[in-house]
Amino acid sequence: MTTQDEVRREVREWLQANWNPDLSLVAWRTLLAESGWGVPGWPRQWYGRDLPAALTPVVDEEFAAANAVGVAKTGIRMLAAATLLEHGSDDQKKAFLKRILTGEDTWCQLFSEPGSGSDLAGATTRADFDGERWIINGQKVWTTSAHHADYGLLLARTDWDVPKHQGLTYVVLDMKQQGVEVHQLKQMNGHASFNQVFFTDAVVPADRIVGQPGGGWQVAMTTLAHERRGADGLRGANRDSGLKGSIYDEERAEIATVMAPYKWYPQRAGRVDLVLPTAKALGRLNDPVAVQEIARLLILAKTAEWTARRARAAQAEGRPQGPEGSLGKLAASEVARLAARVHTLIQGDQALLAGDDGAVDGMIAEVLLSVPATSIAGGTDEIQRNIISERVLSMPREPRADGGPFREVPRN
Amino acid sequence: MSFVLTDEQQQFRDVVRRFLDDQFSTRDVRRLMEPRAGFDEAFWGKLNRDLGLAGIIIPEDYGGQGFGYAELGIVMEEMGRSLVCAPYLSSAVLAADAVLTLGSEADRETLLPGLADGSLRGCLASQDYSGPECPGGVTTATAAQGGVRLNGIKDFVIDGHTANLLLVVARSADGESGCYRVSDTASGLDRRCLTTLDPTRKLARLTLTDVPAVSLGTPGSLESPLQAILDRATVALAHEMVGGAEKMLYSAVDYACTRRQFGRLIGSFQAIKHKCADLLLEIELAKSAAYRAAVAIDQHETVASLTASIAKCTASEAYLHAAAECIQIHGGIGFTWDHDTHLWFKRAKASEVMFGDPSSHRARALALWSDAI
Ligand SMILES: Cc1cc2nc3c(=O)[nH]c(=O)nc-3n(C[C@H](O)[C@H](O)[C@H](O)COP(=O)(O)OP(=O)(O)OC[C@H]3O[C@@H](n4cnc5c(N)ncnc54)[C@H](O)[C@@H]3O)c2cc1C
Repeated sequence: MTTQDEVRREVREWLQANWNPDLSLVAWRTLLAESGWGVPGWPRQWYGRDLPAALTPVVDEEFAAANAVGVAKTGIRMLAAATLLEHGSDDQKKAFLKRILTGEDTWCQLFSEPGSGSDLAGATTRADFDGERWIINGQKVWTTSAHHADYGLLLARTDWDVPKHQGLTYVVLDMKQQGVEVHQLKQMNGHASFNQVFFTDAVVPADRIVGQPGGGWQVAMTTLAHERRGADGLRGANRDSGLKGSIYDEERAEIATVMAPYKWYPQRAGRVDLVLPTAKALGRLNDPVAVQEIARLLILAKTAEWTARRARAAQAEGRPQGPEGSLGKLAASEVARLAARVHTLIQGDQALLAGDDGAVDGMIAEVLLSVPATSIAGGTDEIQRNIISERVLSMPREPRADGGPFREVPRN
Repeated sequence: MSFVLTDEQQQFRDVVRRFLDDQFSTRDVRRLMEPRAGFDEAFWGKLNRDLGLAGIIIPEDYGGQGFGYAELGIVMEEMGRSLVCAPYLSSAVLAADAVLTLGSEADRETLLPGLADGSLRGCLASQDYSGPECPGGVTTATAAQGGVRLNGIKDFVIDGHTANLLLVVARSADGESGCYRVSDTASGLDRRCLTTLDPTRKLARLTLTDVPAVSLGTPGSLESPLQAILDRATVALAHEMVGGAEKMLYSAVDYACTRRQFGRLIGSFQAIKHKCADLLLEIELAKSAAYRAAVAIDQHETVASLTASIAKCTASEAYLHAAAECIQIHGGIGFTWDHDTHLWFKRAKASEVMFGDPSSHRARALALWSDAI
């Protein structure tokens, strides 16, 4: 077993020999990807070092100490990476993983359709094999970042004569081609991070299928599991090293582009961090009602964080996760909802002001108008409760009206 | 900090669970809830002979097991699950901790081995009764020949009417507070078992009239050590509540997976499934809080009071919610005396307000809030 100290010494030596802020961002990240120190938890064969999760924080600490730039870790490309690592062919891993880590490519997730959101397996975007390539026709919606993505993770129907979950295929789609049309959608909070995407005879080469034709559902479940676990690389991405130098500027620019659609994501999570400072500033901590609600929120957020830590600790020790592993998404919704209420309680009538007139530079208003997304995106709360009750508590499934060959299933 | 049970701890849980499944059922709860004693000497003896549970937090030098609050938490969770009726919280947690924390070395040597093997059943009388007979509610200690005399009324003393080691907090004329040992047969001591809505755990009121007592350790400013003792007991209680809450959830789920209405299992209705999912979340959050609080105690962290308050208010609400929903999911039968759910419901309700209700703990948590948790 490698120890913390050994890892620390190894990574420190490697950084001493190799870290060079004068390299271009891509050149440095290429070096980093090939060394395995960029994503040490990944397999050795694929840009990692097979390091157990418990030891990877040591590597992060050493990078921070050396002010060394890491690989790209933000955005949906992290979901693409996780999915490809688990289900991709060697050729696909070769083609995509390194460019994900260098930040050269960005990705989007083409799952939801107008007729299939919660009922994801009801997708009707079609992929037809013409003997050589897959031809894509149909429409996706709510696709975050599609407007600047290089590739899309697409769930499409390839077989209409089998039950709905068995006729889906997971493909990697080149977004920058004729036949893919992206229209941005404006959201209730004024931002425009998701899109409609239309396919008209878009083309996917045969070797871009992830897993087997007809095996798309299982692959999609991997993507969703990572998304619900919060592996979408959207947390803590707004930290800015504040360091000067061209490689840091390049990194900042890269993150800014990828993260642009996610500017409001911290607000959608409720901005619990703003609660105590605003309550103190407004003298609300003398109000016993406010005290109760604020405490309730801070405690909810803290216990959710501990629960996530418990789940990770169990995983790191290779133990089967208990129920705590499936609860994070629902917990996050509860936190966001309660946070919106508590911000309102703290602000009183100020809560109706927005933009430049609004509290905390309009942040509070943005929280109030962004929180509703939390309980929808990535699977609604109701779907999470179905999953928890059926998978964790082993309660009976709903009676279904969508069995048999998909061709005969009533369309949504 | 680790939230994950080690293999040894997991095995320990299995042993305790098997023992309780074997030796204690709701038939026993029903048998023990009527008489005022509220516990069974034979079961208490077996619990301590076979598993040494009364000595969990007592160091090995004094005949105990020398475990921490992580292990105590495991025992409490399992006892909450099985709704054990025994003087465990009073003696193995409160009294043992009081002797450990406040007692002199001589006190420890005299008292801890008996507490550890269960022959001594201690109680800690910390809360003063406040009412017309005793305005201001202060129990006083006045110097007398060979010790002190106590006067006053102590309230909400867990198992106070059956304990054979009474530890009573009182204040002397110069304002110093002390913890005093009182014999269970002392003259001037009147012990009354209170009628409460939870017959599964007994509370007593102790009236002390010139009761002779000897000091445990040296009297002094006990406020902060006493608060720490109560905080630790609060964490133990939170674990018991988490165990009880889990029991309620799984009892509801089991029933929902056997009961049919409208030609379907009621567990296939989302109204029922979603309630259960929400309960699971609430219980897991409370469990994390209880684990975190136990770690804070074992690691002597300065945030131990804060994490105790968080554990108490989350466990209180989760337990009562789970017990109430368990009744709801059972329908009419859940409201009957013959059905067992009300036994846990009553324990949940009483535990909710014992050692401070959720609102008071939330307020305290916010006052103590620190990012160091
Ligand atoms: C900010 C944001 C970003 C998103 N980004 C992406 C993305 O990048 N890629 C992508 O593919 N999708 C994305 N989505 C789409 C998201 O996954 C879907 O909106 C979500 O799964 C719900 O689907 P729907 O909108 O079709 O609602 P529906 O499925 O029509 O649901 C409507 C309501 O019915 C309820 N409901 C549905 N089925 C059941 C059931 N079985 N039991 C109980 N209640 C039920 C739902 O809970 C909901 O309340 C995004 C959404 C948001 C809000």
